[in-house]
Amino acid sequence: MKYLDEYRDPVLARKLMAEIHRVTTRPWTLMEVCGGQTHTIVKQGIDELLPEGVRMIHGPGCPVCVTPLEQVDKALAIAARPDVIFTSYGDMLRVPGSATDLLALKARGADVRIVYSPLDALKVALANPDKQVVFFAVGFETTAPANAMAVWQAQQLGVDNFSILVSHVLVPPAMMALLGSPSNQVQAFLAAGHVCAVMGWTEYEPIAERYHVPIVVTGFEPLDLLEGILMAINQLEAGRAEVENQYVRAVRREGNRLAQETVFRVFEIGERKWRGIGEIPSSGYRLKPAFARYDAEAKFDVGDIHTQEHPACIAGAILTGERTPLDCTAYGTLCHPQKPLGAPMVSSEGTCAAFYAAGRGIGVPARPLAMAAPAATNAPTTPIEGAAR
Amino acid sequence: MCLGIPGKVMEVREEAGLPMGRVDFGGVRKEACLAYVPDVKPGDYVIVHVGFAISQVDEEEALRTLELLDQMGDLVQQELATMGPGMSAPAVLDDPVAGSAPPQRGGLAS
Repeated sequence: MKYLDEYRDPVLARKLMAEIHRVTTRPWTLMEVCGGQTHTIVKQGIDELLPEGVRMIHGPGCPVCVTPLEQVDKALAIAARPDVIFTSYGDMLRVPGSATDLLALKARGADVRIVYSPLDALKVALANPDKQVVFFAVGFETTAPANAMAVWQAQQLGVDNFSILVSHVLVPPAMMALLGSPSNQVQAFLAAGHVCAVMGWTEYEPIAERYHVPIVVTGFEPLDLLEGILMAINQLEAGRAEVENQYVRAVRREGNRLAQETVFRVFEIGERKWRGIGEIPSSGYRLKPAFARYDAEAKFDVGDIHTQEHPACIAGAILTGERTPLDCTAYGTLCHPQKPLGAPMVSSEGTCAAFYAAGRGIGVPARPLAMAAPAATNAPTTPIEGAAR
Repeated sequence: MCLGIPGKVMEVREEAGLPMGRVDFGGVRKEACLAYVPDVKPGDYVIVHVGFAISQVDEEEALRTLELLDQMGDLVQQELATMGPGMSAPAVLDDPVAGSAPPQRGGLAS
């Protein structure tokens, strides 16, 4: 596929990795805040091939994973109602709530449907005027333009049986919460390319300056990530702390103005709770008062649900990078993709699920940086000498 | 869910007041809302995320990135050639371009 395969070229990847080794003189700790990037890094074994002492922490970049348990419980309470068709992105269906999950609820007869786009949820509402159709509006800045457009269209078309359960989070406040924490280890960030495609990168400039931390807007393919890591390390080695853009082919400094306009027509910034992190001020979106009738929490009176995590799950420490899945006693035993205890194991973009899919800590040999290359019988099984940690 | 994928716009039309398009992802075709990239034409590449095109791919930049990466790779090869075997920090890689080095059980050999 054009614009994918070229950025998976193993020969170029080797060259980039060599350049990273050449410029690195000290240990550095970098964080990516995007589930898609985490998936590529872990799947390709990029983190295991970095110079000794250079560490990638996988930050809270998976929207499914940071959606608080009580929002999942609210979704379950709404979806269980006989007058409701509950619609959601597929990833949310297996996220465990306190007692069950949406998929199990569906198996017991609830009308729960997966949609690819929130506009499809709106179509379901138009086709079922006698039902209440609710869409689970989760995600970062990337899904906000789509979710906002669904609400905007509902208003334009006069659709009253449509509402959304909002669980929208924003990347920059989470970065600041991490940087302001006394246990912070992050020295540079890879910013999520598609979040910046929507929002641009102006809001990262004060963060880079205030915390003296390099931030590199980075794409999702192996070569993008390697180049993003290289650009961040070049800054660290030179003592610079700027916002740079690796993902030039898709991101402009001002972002997508039209998308931002629609988002801020429908949403306003408010406090949000993050699973595993807690409440962060001004860290998410909520519906503006003018769109209150599309707010499912108010419509179905579920605002008062509060819940607790499974005691064995260390999702919070994993999301903030203090621990890895390999530190978790439940990883691969009590908790696996078929029976996830916590959110990072549920979504394929979650850190635990990415580790599990790559066979880490469950006895499957690694195949670092194999990428799109054809499978060879003498497939590499260990990282290169001198590069392994 | 959070993954955005580049695809080629095949056709553009309007539906319920919104510009919509059919986008080809390496043979798989899907509907996408084009409201946020109103200037795209059939043949353009866009990044699609949850059914919405959020950005048009800049083809010139896409090619330039690849060229830069390739050039930098040559610099690396030159640099590597000047390094002695005793250096501990940089990794010593086998060189697939020269084709002379024996295949290693190395992670970068693929």
